[in-house]
Parts: sequence; C-alpha cells; structure tokens
Amino acid sequence: MKYYLDFEKPLQEIELRIEDLRRLSSGKEPSANSEIKKLERKARDMRQEIFSSLTPWQSTLVARHPERPYTLDYINMMAQDFIELHGDRRFADDPSIVGGFASIGPHSVLVVGHQKGRGVKERIGRNFGQPHPEGYRKALRLMKLAERFGKPVITLIDTPGAYPGLGAEERGQAEAIAANLMETSSLRTPVISVIIGEGGSGGAIAIGIADKLMMLEHSVYSVISPEGCAAILWKRDGAEIGPGEYAQAADSLKMTAQDLLSAKIIDEIIPEPLGGAHREPESAARALQDALLKSIEELSAKTPSKLVEDRYRRLRKIGGFIVPRKEP
Amino acid sequence: MAWFKKDKRSSKKVKIPEGLWVKCEGCKEIVYRKEIERNLRVCPKCNYHFRINAWERISLLADEGSFEEADADITSADPLRFKDSVPYKDRLRSNEEKCGLKEAAIAGTASIGGYRASLLIMDFSFMGGSMGSAVGEKIFRAAERAMEQKIPFITVSSSGGARMQEGIFSLMQMARVSAAIGRLKNNHAIPYISILADPTFGGVTASFAMLGDVIIAEPRSLIGFAGPRVIEQTIKQQLPDNFQRAEFLLEHGLIDMVVHRKEMKTVLTRLLGHLIVPNEI
Ligand SMILES: [Zn+2]
Repeated sequence: MKYYLDFEKPLQEIELRIEDLRRLSSGKEPSANSEIKKLERKARDMRQEIFSSLTPWQSTLVARHPERPYTLDYINMMAQDFIELHGDRRFADDPSIVGGFASIGPHSVLVVGHQKGRGVKERIGRNFGQPHPEGYRKALRLMKLAERFGKPVITLIDTPGAYPGLGAEERGQAEAIAANLMETSSLRTPVISVIIGEGGSGGAIAIGIADKLMMLEHSVYSVISPEGCAAILWKRDGAEIGPGEYAQAADSLKMTAQDLLSAKIIDEIIPEPLGGAHREPESAARALQDALLKSIEELSAKTPSKLVEDRYRRLRKIGGFIVPRKEP
Repeated sequence: MAWFKKDKRSSKKVKIPEGLWVKCEGCKEIVYRKEIERNLRVCPKCNYHFRINAWERISLLADEGSFEEADADITSADPLRFKDSVPYKDRLRSNEEKCGLKEAAIAGTASIGGYRASLLIMDFSFMGGSMGSAVGEKIFRAAERAMEQKIPFITVSSSGGARMQEGIFSLMQMARVSAAIGRLKNNHAIPYISILADPTFGGVTASFAMLGDVIIAEPRSLIGFAGPRVIEQTIKQQLPDNFQRAEFLLEHGLIDMVVHRKEMKTVLTRLLGHLIVPNEI
C-alpha cells in the first residue's frame, strides 16, 4: 500500500476509490471507466493544487517521505556501470554514505551520497542516513581519488544530520566534517552537489561544497531541523510542542528550494514530478540526469585552477552581514 | 583582576558579579571570588577554568597594549528576518548591551611574546558564542589578514555552534571559514593555531576550530560536535564521566595539548618560535 502524508489524505480517498472501481469492474464496464477517468482527473487537479502550494513543513515531510528515491535509486536509474567503493582505510566502512565510479551519459564520474535504508532492517543498517566520521572520511578519500584522475565529483545529499553518538565523537566527527569542508573547497576537479531529500546541517554540507549546488524541488536544506529549532525556541518549562510549532519553525528557517534560490545559496531547482519524486521516480531521475549532464559540460570547460578560484570567490560572497562604510 | 586591568578597554567591559563567594562548577566548593580572580579565573581547589570574555582573553594572550582591533563594526544583516518570541534584531541589540560587544567575536592583530599575529577571539557570553554571518566574516577576514601580512593566525573558540537565527547563512559560514583555512594551509607557511575553550561545539568545532595545525584546549573544557544531551537522548545510555572533556579529546588523539590558562601564552610563544618561517613568501 502506498504511503500518504497527512495533508494528502483527501487524495488518498479518491485514489482508493479509483483502485476499488478498477478491481470491481476489471475494465469491462464503460460506466465505471468513465467514472475512473473523472476521478483520475480530480485526483490530478487536487494533487496539483496541494503540491503547488506546499508549506515549508509539508516540503520537509515530502523530503523525508519513506518512498522517496535515495542515492542508490538515482544511481541505478540514471547511471551505468556503477562500481561501489568502500571504506575509509582507517576504521570502517560507513554504509550511510555510498560512493563509487559510474557513467552518466558519456561521462565517467565519481558519485558520493548519503544513503538511507528502506524497511526497518536496512534503515537501521544505514543508520537512517546519519554518517559517522568514517562516512565523511570515505567520501573525502574518494573525492581525492577523483581529483587525481580528473573525474567530476557528484554528491547527492540526503541526511537528517551527522550521527550524534559516542563512537562518532571519540573518532572525531567534528574533525571529519571540518576536513571535508577544507579539502573540498580546493578540490581541483568539478564538484556538483544536489540535495535530493533532507539537507541536515553539518552532516549535509560536509559533502556539499560545490561549483554548482542544486536542489530537487521538494528537498530542504537547513542549519537545524524544524523540530530541533522548535525545541530550542519553545520547549521551555516543559511546554509540549508538536506539528504546529514545527511548521512555524520551518517557516522561519527558510529552508525550501525556493527560499534558497532566492537567497542565492543554490543555483538551480530541479523540478520533480507532480506529487513528489516518489510518484514517478524514473522521471525524477531523468530530470536529475539532465541537470547533471548540463552542469558537467559547463564545468568541464574550466581549468582546475579556475574552478578552485571561482569556488573560493563564490564562498567568499555568501553571508548576511553588514560592513559599515568607513567615514572619509 | 590584576591580570587584565591593564587594558583600559577590557576593564570597563568586565562586570563583576555581586557576592564575595562563588560556587565552583568544577568541584562545587564555595570559593572566595577574589581568590579566583587572582588566579586568572581558575578555581584554586580543582583547577576548573571559569569562562572568560574575549577582552579578558586578549589581555591574557597579547603583549600589553599591542592589540589593535579590526572589523569591529561588522554586524548581522538578519538575512532571514528571523523572529521567535523576540525578533532576532532585538536579541542582537540586547546582547550588545549585555556584553558590550557588537558580535560574538573580536578580531585584530597583536603581538604575542614578540610575534605579531592575527587573532580571532570568540565570546560565549554573546548569544552563546554562536557563529552567524558577522562572526563568519570576521573569521574569514582574520584568516585573510594573516595571509596578507604573512603572520600567524590564532583563534580562541568558545561557542555553541552555528547561529540558528541565520539559518542556512550560518551553515554556509562553516564552508567559508574552512575554505579560508584551506587557502592559508595550501599557499602559505603560516601557522594556524586553534585554542579551544569551554565550551566549543557544533558548526564551530566542525569547521575552523578543528583545523588548527596545532590544537590546544583548556583543561576540562567541553568540546564536541553534538551536545552531550542530544547524544544521551539518541543512544539512551549514560555517557562516561570525562566524555567530551579536553582530556578525553587528548586521549583520543583529536587535539595536541591541554594547557592551563596561566601557561597558554608561554606555550603559544614557544610554538610560534618553532613555526614561524623567516621570510615566508
Ligand atoms: Zn573548583
């Protein structure tokens, strides 16, 4: 059975009726067929309406939708000849980050991305897409490998955040993220990053410094989750907080693709199929592939030094601060 | 008080809390306040290092009268127009009044044991030392100042992490400041020394603070990526006693040294003696 989010409930009702009608009529009854057509049109309109005006909190829920395609799904759909590589050569292989070489169109590239699991067992195995330091160190190792061989790097971002755990701290979670930020800022090969689901804070940006940064239409990217933000702001004196507060926090954080495009943090929004990437994964993957191919070709024209220089300049400009002009 | 009274700017900034006695957070003993102040705000009984503000820190490290502040007027533009119970702008203003600082960090140049250096000192009392756009810009410029003037770069961190009220702009500061440190390391033989004071967490630890060529922490400081309460809630088990303390980080190979406040300047000077390359180009 399909998974519906709360705000999709009216849709669910119509779609269940369509399914019932199909089953009962098995396509032989003209009256049922026309009823189905009518309902399908209605569902489409309703979906259009719901998804054209998602609130930031609703976007967050779509970004976390359990049926949303993950990194390996996109790799399978849009790339050929993927060879997964493992391990950080220091401690372990972290399954919440995957990476390896693949072909996208005519290009041989390195793809690195967060990987969430599907189903209870795999979700736990992938640690819900929350990397340990080993994940970030594997990512960096592979990106350095790509740099040596002049391969473009593609990172797919989809994590609630870096894992807050004992081992992660013991093994230098902060250092692993910091090292990635420092090293990728001067990586001498094109880097293209796409937020495909959840862009959760430091755990996301650790593989997110890019020459071109894009977001899927319903993905989100933020310094803190709406729940975390709401807890800091309102969970005082034992006050209960819930979806109302989360929604308010999500509004304040300006974390949707549209917000980030307006803020000039990202370069492009990749449109998703109506109802979200999980409704038509293949067409979502095609849109992603198109955007990636275009970006690879754009960036391949630049020399490594120019790439590094432009990336630094781009970072230099970001920030909402005021520098008062000196009095003459 | 004697150790920072020399600096006129600092003495007017420091507010002496009421009461002759304080309870030490380290050993929970009641200690005579004057005794703590005479001892660089370190508990004479257990060596607990009380938090000190940025100006006190500067007095502690810089040669007398050598500090020149830079970028003092960089402030936040409130890029999200963030509002919770109080508008962020108002929050900034009340912190400015409370701390006598415009932001959670002070930047400038000073000499340390005779060596000129670019300094960036965070102040935890200003919104938990959080790093938003203004702090990020000050760090970025302080790193570039070090590169331009070919002088060492020294930071003292004390921060809860990225500043929530500036959302994605705060997150991006992690990338910016790390890129600046990367450039310094790639292109120059200029030392970058990172000092960690209690507490240092989140986006600050996960960017410039853990990128020092040499990383030094004050004794018992809490340092980590995720806060201990978040970790406890996640793993649902009790954390070891010294978890995320400076000594714990030293033991796990994450920092170079744990140095007592009264030794910090001497250690810095000795390090700079080793690391400064004459005629660095
Ligand atoms: Zn004590």
